[in-house]
Amino acid sequence: MSEHKSDIRTGVYVCHCGTNIASVVDVREAARHAASLPGVEISREYKYLCSEPGQALIRQDILERGLNRIVVAACSPHLHEETFRTAAAAAQLNPFHVQMINIREHNSWVHEDKARASRKAEKLIRAAVRRVAHHKPLERVRVPINPAVLVVGGGIAGIHAALTVANAGRQVYLVEREPSIGGHMAMFDKTFPTLDCAACILTPKMSAVKAHPNIKLWTHSDVTDVQGYVGNYRVKVTRWPRMVREELCSGCLECVAACVFKEAKVPDEFNFGLSKRKPIYIPFPQAVPQVPLIDMENCIQFRTGKCKKACAQACGDRKAIDFQQGEEIKEVDVGTIIVATGSKTFDAERAAYYGYGTYPNVYTSLEIERLVNACGPTAGRVVLRNGETPKSVAIIHCVGSRDENTNRWCSRVCCMYSLKLAHLLKEHTGAEVFNFYIDMRTPGKGFEEFYQKLLNEGVHFVRGRVAEVTEWALDQSEEGKLVLRVEDTLLGLVRRIPVDMVVLSVGMEPHADASEVRRLFNITCSSEGFFLERHPKLAPVNTFTDGIFLAGSCQGPKDIPDTVAQAGAAAAEALALIGAGYMEQEPNAAYVVEDHCSGCGACSALCPYSAITLDAGARRSSIHPVLCKGCGTCVAACPSGAIRQNLFEDEQIFEEITGVLTHG
Amino acid sequence: MKADDSGLAARGYLYYPGCSLRATGVAYEESLLTLFRLLGLPLRELEDWNCCGATSYMSIDEGAAALLSARVLSLARQQGAEDLLAPCSACYLALRKTQDSVHRYPRVQQEVEESLARAGLTLLNSTRIRHPLEVLYTDVGLPAIHTKTVRRWRGGQVACYYGCQLVRPYEGVDKAQNPTRMEELLQQVGVPVVDYALKTKCCGGSLTGTLSEVGLRLNYILLKEAARKGAEAIVTVCPLCQFNLDAYQRDIRQQSGERFDIPILYFTQVLGWALGGGVRELGLHRAVSGRNLIKRWFQAHEPVEAYV
Repeated sequence: MSEHKSDIRTGVYVCHCGTNIASVVDVREAARHAASLPGVEISREYKYLCSEPGQALIRQDILERGLNRIVVAACSPHLHEETFRTAAAAAQLNPFHVQMINIREHNSWVHEDKARASRKAEKLIRAAVRRVAHHKPLERVRVPINPAVLVVGGGIAGIHAALTVANAGRQVYLVEREPSIGGHMAMFDKTFPTLDCAACILTPKMSAVKAHPNIKLWTHSDVTDVQGYVGNYRVKVTRWPRMVREELCSGCLECVAACVFKEAKVPDEFNFGLSKRKPIYIPFPQAVPQVPLIDMENCIQFRTGKCKKACAQACGDRKAIDFQQGEEIKEVDVGTIIVATGSKTFDAERAAYYGYGTYPNVYTSLEIERLVNACGPTAGRVVLRNGETPKSVAIIHCVGSRDENTNRWCSRVCCMYSLKLAHLLKEHTGAEVFNFYIDMRTPGKGFEEFYQKLLNEGVHFVRGRVAEVTEWALDQSEEGKLVLRVEDTLLGLVRRIPVDMVVLSVGMEPHADASEVRRLFNITCSSEGFFLERHPKLAPVNTFTDGIFLAGSCQGPKDIPDTVAQAGAAAAEALALIGAGYMEQEPNAAYVVEDHCSGCGACSALCPYSAITLDAGARRSSIHPVLCKGCGTCVAACPSGAIRQNLFEDEQIFEEITGVLTHG
Repeated sequence: MKADDSGLAARGYLYYPGCSLRATGVAYEESLLTLFRLLGLPLRELEDWNCCGATSYMSIDEGAAALLSARVLSLARQQGAEDLLAPCSACYLALRKTQDSVHRYPRVQQEVEESLARAGLTLLNSTRIRHPLEVLYTDVGLPAIHTKTVRRWRGGQVACYYGCQLVRPYEGVDKAQNPTRMEELLQQVGVPVVDYALKTKCCGGSLTGTLSEVGLRLNYILLKEAARKGAEAIVTVCPLCQFNLDAYQRDIRQQSGERFDIPILYFTQVLGWALGGGVRELGLHRAVSGRNLIKRWFQAHEPVEAYV
C-alpha cells in the first residue's frame, strides 16, 4: 500500500459550525494537529464549511494545490456528506475520495470536558486521514424506477395520496384491509373547525378512487409480502374472500334484504356495536366498493351448511354470491410504496377509573361520532342506553394521552374534536355540556377562534384531570347519575359533578400489529410504535428505506388537514422519483474476490436482500451491486475472506483503527 | 394429602404479624391462623420481629423507617424463608416500599446495609413479600378453596373493600384500579358480593384520631355506599380499615344523623367460617358493630360453638 501513498495529497477541513463545535472542540488546535500528519497538504478551520464560500474553499484547494483526498470534520454525514462530495466532484475529484467525520453529534454536543473532546476530535481526524488514503475511485449505480405506486391503507391519507399519484398519470394499487375505504374519517359526522359534513367532503374522493382508470382498488385485502428495493419492489397482496364476487356484483343489496335473518342480530363493527347488522352486509351506506360481504362466523350456511341461501336466490343470474370463494393472491411490481395504515383509538377500558365498560352511559368519542351522525345507529338522535335524552354531558379530554400510566404523547386532535362534539351535543340535545381539560391545545388555522365560539355558546370548561367517574351518590341529587370527581385547578377545589352521559376523548395510538407492518416494509418505528420518518423536520414523509414513504397517523397523531398535506407530500416524493426515472445508489456494495471464493454458499444463505447468487457449477458466488445494501453480513461471514466491501475495505478500517489508537 | 399440597405444606410460610394483629386487629390474626390451619398450611411466626415503620414513621424519617422494614426482611432471610407473609396492609406497603427504595437508590442501599451490619445483619433484598389474599388466590387456588368448603353460607350480601395501601402503588396482590380477587375467593364459598365502586377508596387512616371530622366523613361515605348497594356487611383485608369502619359507627351516627350497624369482617373470617372454623377461633366475637347480624349469620347453624 505504501507505494501509492507517496502521491497522496490530503486536505483537512475542520468546521466550527458557528459555536456548535467550536465552543467545545479546540478547532484551531485540531487543524494545526492535522497539518502535521503525513500526506496532509493543507489543513484549515472555517466557520461554516457547508456555506457556499466554505465549499468554494475546498474546490479551490483541490484545483490549485492538486489535492486528491479530502477529510471534512464537521457534523453528521447524514446531513452534509452529499454537500462535500458534490463540491469535490465539481473540482473533478472522485466524490468517494472524501471522508467525513462527525465532531458535532458524536463529540461537541455530547461532551462537556473541552480538553478531552478536543483530543477526541484529533484522534478522529487522524483516523480519517489514514483511512482516506486508501479510498478508491467509485461510481454510483443507477437504479431504474418502476412508475407504478403501491398505497397501503385507504383512509383519507391513502385516498388522497392515491388520487394525487393517479392524477399525475401513474398506475396506483390501493390496498385496504377493511371491506370499504374511508377509514376513521368515514365515521365522523362533522369536521372541525369548519363543521362541514365529513361524508360530504370524503365520499366524492372515495367515488373518485373507485372510478379512476389509474387506480386498482383492493379492499378486504392485506399486503403479505414485499421483496426488492427502491424502484423495483415486488409485492404480494392477499385478497380475503368476501364470498361475494366483486366483478359480478351490481351493488343492488337485494341479497342483504333477502337474508334469512329477518332482523339484524350481529353487532355492527362500524357503529361499535351500537346497532346490529346481518351476516351479509355492507359496512355503511356510502361504502366503496358497494359490494356486500358475508361474515362467516355468523352466516348460517357457513355454520351449519343448511341455509336455504336466500341471498344467492335473490342475486339470481348474476351469481355474484360464491360460498366457495377462496383467498386470492395478487402479485404486482411497483417502484415506490406509500404506507398510510393509520392508527387506532386508545382502548378506554385501560383507564379503568373512568368506568368504560362498567357504566353503560360512558362512551368513547368515536361512539358519539356515530350517535350524532345522521346515518348512524340512531339517525342522529343522541340518546342514553335507555333511550332517554341526556340533560347533562361530561367530555373528558386526554384519555390515553399525556399520561405516564398509558400513553405519554399528546394526541393532537382530541381538544379540537372535543370542542366539536361539545357543540354538536349541545345542538342535538340542549344538554348542559362540561369539558374537562388539562390544557386547551388549539394551534391550527381557525382553531382558537372555534374555541372562543364554544366559550360563547355556554359550554362549561373545567381545568383539571378527572380523577374518576363513579356512580356512588352522596345525596339525592346524585342518585342515578354518573358522578365525576375532579380537582378544578382554577378554583382550587375538588368538585363532584353529576351528569347523565360521559364522553371519553380517547387518544390515538399505533395499531396492534404496527410492528409486523413495520417489518414487512423494512421501516423503523419510534419507541411508542409510530413509524419513524427519516428526519423530523426535513424528511417528514421519507423513511430510512428508499422508495417507501409515510402518510397520515401511522407516523404520529394528526388531524385531517395535516394528514392530507402529508399524503400530498408523500405522493410528490414518489412522483419525484418516478419523474427522475432512476435513483443513484451509494456504491458501498460488497463484491467477491473470485480467486478466493470456494463456493461454500455461506454468504448467499445469510443475505437479507437476496443479492447473492451461487453458481454451483463454477463454485463461485457473485453479488448483485444494486440489490446489495452494504450491510456487511456476508463480508463478516465469508470463511475465506473472499468478500470485500466498497468504502469498508479491510485496509481502510485497519488504518482508521490505527489512527484512533496511535498517540501523538 | 395430595402430592401438590404436600410441597406447599412442607414449605409453609413465615409470617410477620406486625403491631396491629396483636392489638386492634387480633381477630385478623386469629382468623388467619385458623384459616391456614384448616388449609393444612400452618404459619410460622417470624422471630424477634419489630415495627415495620408504617406510615407515621415513614412521613417523619424515611431513612429510619426503611431501616425498621429492612431489619424485618433481613430476619426473614436469616430464618430461612424466601416468602414473608405480611397480612397487614401497612406492613405490606412499608416492606415493599423499603425493598423498592433499596433496589432503586444506591444511597439508600448503602445506608441500610451499613446500619444493618452494625447489628450483625445482612440485607438480602430478594425476600418475596406476600399478602394472604395473593397466597390464597395464586398458591392455594380457587378450586382448592372450593373443595375444602364445608359450610353453606347463610348470611347476606357483602361488599369487598380493599382500602388504599394493598393494591397501590405496587401491583402484585391484585389489579390497582379494580381489584377482584377477594370477590372471586368469597364467591368460591358461596358468598354473594355486590358491585362496590369504593373498594379502593380511603378509610381515613389515622385521621379518625387526628382530624376526626374528615376521618369520620370518609368512613361515612364507605358505609353509606355499601348500604346503598344492598350489602349487609363489609369484608376487609386491612386491620386499619376494619378498625375505622367497625369502631366508629356510633360517632358517624352523631356526625351524619344516619344510623349504621354494619358488621365489618375480615376476609379470613368469612373464608375460615366456610372451611369449618369456629366463632371464637375466628375472632368473630370481637366485633363492635353489627353484633346481632353476626350472631345470626355465624351462630344459627353452628350450635356447637359458644358465642358470647
